[in-house]
Amino acid sequence: MIELDQVQKSYQVGDRAIPALKPTDLTIDTGEVFGIVGHSGAGKSTLVRLINLLERPTGGRVLVDGENVTHYDAAELRAFRRKVGMIFQHFNLLSSRTVADNIAFPMKLAGIYSKAEIRSRVAELLALVSLTDQGNKYPSQLSGGQKQRVGVARALACRPTILLCDEATSALDPQTTQSVLRLLAEINRELGLTIVLITHEMDVVRRICDRVAVMDGGEIVESGPVTDVFLHPEHPTTRDFVFESENIDREELERDFNQASGRILRLTFRGESTYKPLLGHVARASGVDFSILSGRIDHIKDTPYGQLTLSLVGGDLEKAMAEFDAADVHVEVVR
Amino acid sequence: MMESLLGNVDWMEIGWASWDTLVMVGMSLLFSVVIGLPTGVLLFLTGKRQLLEQPVAYAILSFVVNVLRSVPFIILLIVMIPVTVMIIGTSLGVAGAIPPLVAGGAPFFARLVETSLREVDRGIIEATQAMGANVRQIVLGALLPEALPGIIAGITVTAITLVSYAAMSGVVGGGGLGDLAIRFGYQRFQTDVMVITVALLVVFVQLLQMLGDRLVLYFSRK
Ligand SMILES: Nc1ncnc2c1ncn2[C@@H]1O[C@H](COP(=O)(O)OP(=O)(O)O)[C@@H](O)[C@H]1O
Ligand SMILES: [Mg+2]
Repeated sequence: MIELDQVQKSYQVGDRAIPALKPTDLTIDTGEVFGIVGHSGAGKSTLVRLINLLERPTGGRVLVDGENVTHYDAAELRAFRRKVGMIFQHFNLLSSRTVADNIAFPMKLAGIYSKAEIRSRVAELLALVSLTDQGNKYPSQLSGGQKQRVGVARALACRPTILLCDEATSALDPQTTQSVLRLLAEINRELGLTIVLITHEMDVVRRICDRVAVMDGGEIVESGPVTDVFLHPEHPTTRDFVFESENIDREELERDFNQASGRILRLTFRGESTYKPLLGHVARASGVDFSILSGRIDHIKDTPYGQLTLSLVGGDLEKAMAEFDAADVHVEVVR
Repeated sequence: MMESLLGNVDWMEIGWASWDTLVMVGMSLLFSVVIGLPTGVLLFLTGKRQLLEQPVAYAILSFVVNVLRSVPFIILLIVMIPVTVMIIGTSLGVAGAIPPLVAGGAPFFARLVETSLREVDRGIIEATQAMGANVRQIVLGALLPEALPGIIAGITVTAITLVSYAAMSGVVGGGGLGDLAIRFGYQRFQTDVMVITVALLVVFVQLLQMLGDRLVLYFSRK
């Protein structure tokens, strides 16, 4: 478990202190995939770098599994960092070492593994990230997705319990992003690793995160389970991110709404209710007529969800609302 | 034909002078690297926003390096004479030329090392730090290997600079091709000796550059 207790960070630039992270409380549970989403400059990297103390906090405490890591001395800190893997947007592989040597590097630094242990671990990791034949290549000979796989393998070398990902897919194309995210999800599932994942794409959060925090201007403005934050965003920044990820043009949506008559409702189905033949049933029971203005059915991690925006005319609106409620469908009255 | 054109050239003498130049450049290059490499690493590490940021140490080190680099080499040759006599026992000949050459070469090389270390992506340092490396491991395991092509290019440039410095040292009684050029080519107007020594220096520099470029290419994995 990672706990931030009133952690803050400001950078001294000249004689001014620039607050990159305002005092922040945050708890990340063991074994979860925690997303941190925000625009560039929101303070995401600062937050995640405070966890492995690449940055020293200017206030507050960082607790990992109950231990205050901000008080560690140099040797304790190095030992702690071996238990926290990290991957980066630009991979940060050593160009002078082969793929296998890059993966072996953290183990060599640790100085506690035998040559044989290192060799077998490297082979195991190469297999895990599907790069078994590429061990003798140099990073410059690999594609972006392959480089990030090497980054993942390297981060896992010393069997960490936490994996920090700073924009790990931001330099990759959509397909490669998918495959790296799948790899991360698999690692999370099979090794029980806690993953903290920074991104500026809500879609990445939707695919693999359990919980998410939205950052803006050096603070967390909204956080919670991804399904809640994603389906019912509260803060304007969060709404922007969600709309952006769903490719929704808000002005266009407005225009569509203006052309529709009657009440406009947004229905949110989650889990099982997503697949139930509900609309016909409600229409018959309440006598309302409806037309669909927009709709989407997708997954948040493993949870299926659907969101429908309807305009309703005629019939018994109260009754329809009650039916939706009874079926566990969340109803938001848009107009 | 050759006899009359190159009548003054004593090939034995040229041979020995070439060997002396080789020894002077080789030895001074060795010491320049041995002194300049750690100095360059220290300059880098103590610099602004680096791992061992130390403004005072950096300022002092940087000042010494700048002074040595801004003194024209011919002046350095002269002011180094007492120091050289103290270390070597004489300021003359091949051995006597080496201390001033190192005094000129080491700070030059140190700056080149600092520059090539600065060109290593910060992300590499960060990643290595995040793995739990200490400063020594970061320098030896990540920084120097990543900067190796740049450092080899730096050694090449330093070697070539030392060739010309070594030739200059002939003025104050150092040995080698420069000495030959001055004693025969300049003082006795033996143009042929001058031409041959210059030609040999040119060839020497060319060979060094070619070798350096090959090595840089070999060690570049980018
Ligand atoms: N080393 C630094 N010195 C000064 N300001 C910094 C430094 N690192 C980050 N900042 C500032 O802190 C803020 C947050 O940066 P960062 O955490 O990198 O944001 P993000 O990762 O969300 O893009 C930005 O305004 C940035 O300019
Ligand atoms: Mg960032």
